[in-house]
Amino acid sequence: MQKRNHMNPYFAGILLGLVLLAAMYFSGRGLGASGGLKYAVVAVVGAIDKTHAAESPYYSKYFENGEKPLKNWLFLEVLGMVLGGFISGAFSGRLKFKIEKSPGISNNTRLLFAFLGGVFFVYGAQLARGCTSGAALSGMAVFSVAGFVTMISIFGSAYLFAWFFRKLWI
Amino acid sequence: MGPLSIISEFPEWVNLLIGFIIGVGFGFALEQAGFSSSRKLAGMFYGYDTTVFKVFFTAALVALVGSQFLSFFGLLDLSLVFVNPYYVGAALIGGVIMGAGFIMGGFCPGTGICALSIGKIDAFVFLFGGLVGAFLFAETYPLIEPIALGGFKGPMKVDEWLGMSPGVFTLILILAAVFLFWIAELAEKKFGRPEITAEFDGD
Repeated sequence: MQKRNHMNPYFAGILLGLVLLAAMYFSGRGLGASGGLKYAVVAVVGAIDKTHAAESPYYSKYFENGEKPLKNWLFLEVLGMVLGGFISGAFSGRLKFKIEKSPGISNNTRLLFAFLGGVFFVYGAQLARGCTSGAALSGMAVFSVAGFVTMISIFGSAYLFAWFFRKLWI
Repeated sequence: MGPLSIISEFPEWVNLLIGFIIGVGFGFALEQAGFSSSRKLAGMFYGYDTTVFKVFFTAALVALVGSQFLSFFGLLDLSLVFVNPYYVGAALIGGVIMGAGFIMGGFCPGTGICALSIGKIDAFVFLFGGLVGAFLFAETYPLIEPIALGGFKGPMKVDEWLGMSPGVFTLILILAAVFLFWIAELAEKKFGRPEITAEFDGD
């Protein structure tokens, strides 16, 4: 596999911006990621415990009028992301099973904090109705105040906490 | 005239196919940018790699300027494009929780999915945590509902809020971006960690 460098960040930004513009033009919406994970969880809960899903004020709205949580734009978009990332990785020679971490920490430490990071990030994304993609990036592109506030809040808080977690990275 | 799927009333399977194809482009762009690497992403918060900021801001501006051009030439009805509703507390507190998750996990959900697709095991664990996070949110929703629904302001737009035209606000954003890109390049020179950001690890 021939290895290639990452794309120039400004070119990659233009490419990402055009993908977002295409989502707005074709579907009247922005990009998303955490929402796709949410639909997966809703579908699993609905399959395991139908009564709980029907009675819960949170889950029930995803099953109204016989709707199926996986027949959803966002969920399909997330599946597409896996294929798109794979194509890019194959093209640039980056396909490899690997745990990426600072040499100063063990694999277990890395995986523990990766797990906790995932729990926090998606919990916060459910509360803010979107993550870096759906709230911050897509929101900014449509002048949404929520988008700008969420973006500043995510990055501001990560800078505030960065000192405490520096051993994980540097 | 766009948004095509709303105006032309496409059947559901066409909309889902469009979503899938857009996802392919999204995943491809994130991976090409280098966002499948958590240490590269985390570099944003220690100054040694500012790719996140450059890609993110460039993309937002391209979509923002592009959509206004499409609207100006009558190709896109911006009033039909989704604008995120603003819930003050939820946006702020949710953002702070996400920031904590970002610095612990090294990914956001989108970059985690992209890293998973090239085989990063830490991304798989991050996303598993993400599924747990979504489940916890759903189960604790009754408790957190007051924050989730509080301070509702509707789909508020920055230009209207500040009382300026979209064009003027866009210009200010572009100038801010150019200035901040310059700072970002300086930061990478000062705090650069080539041993972390080297792309080929010799195998």
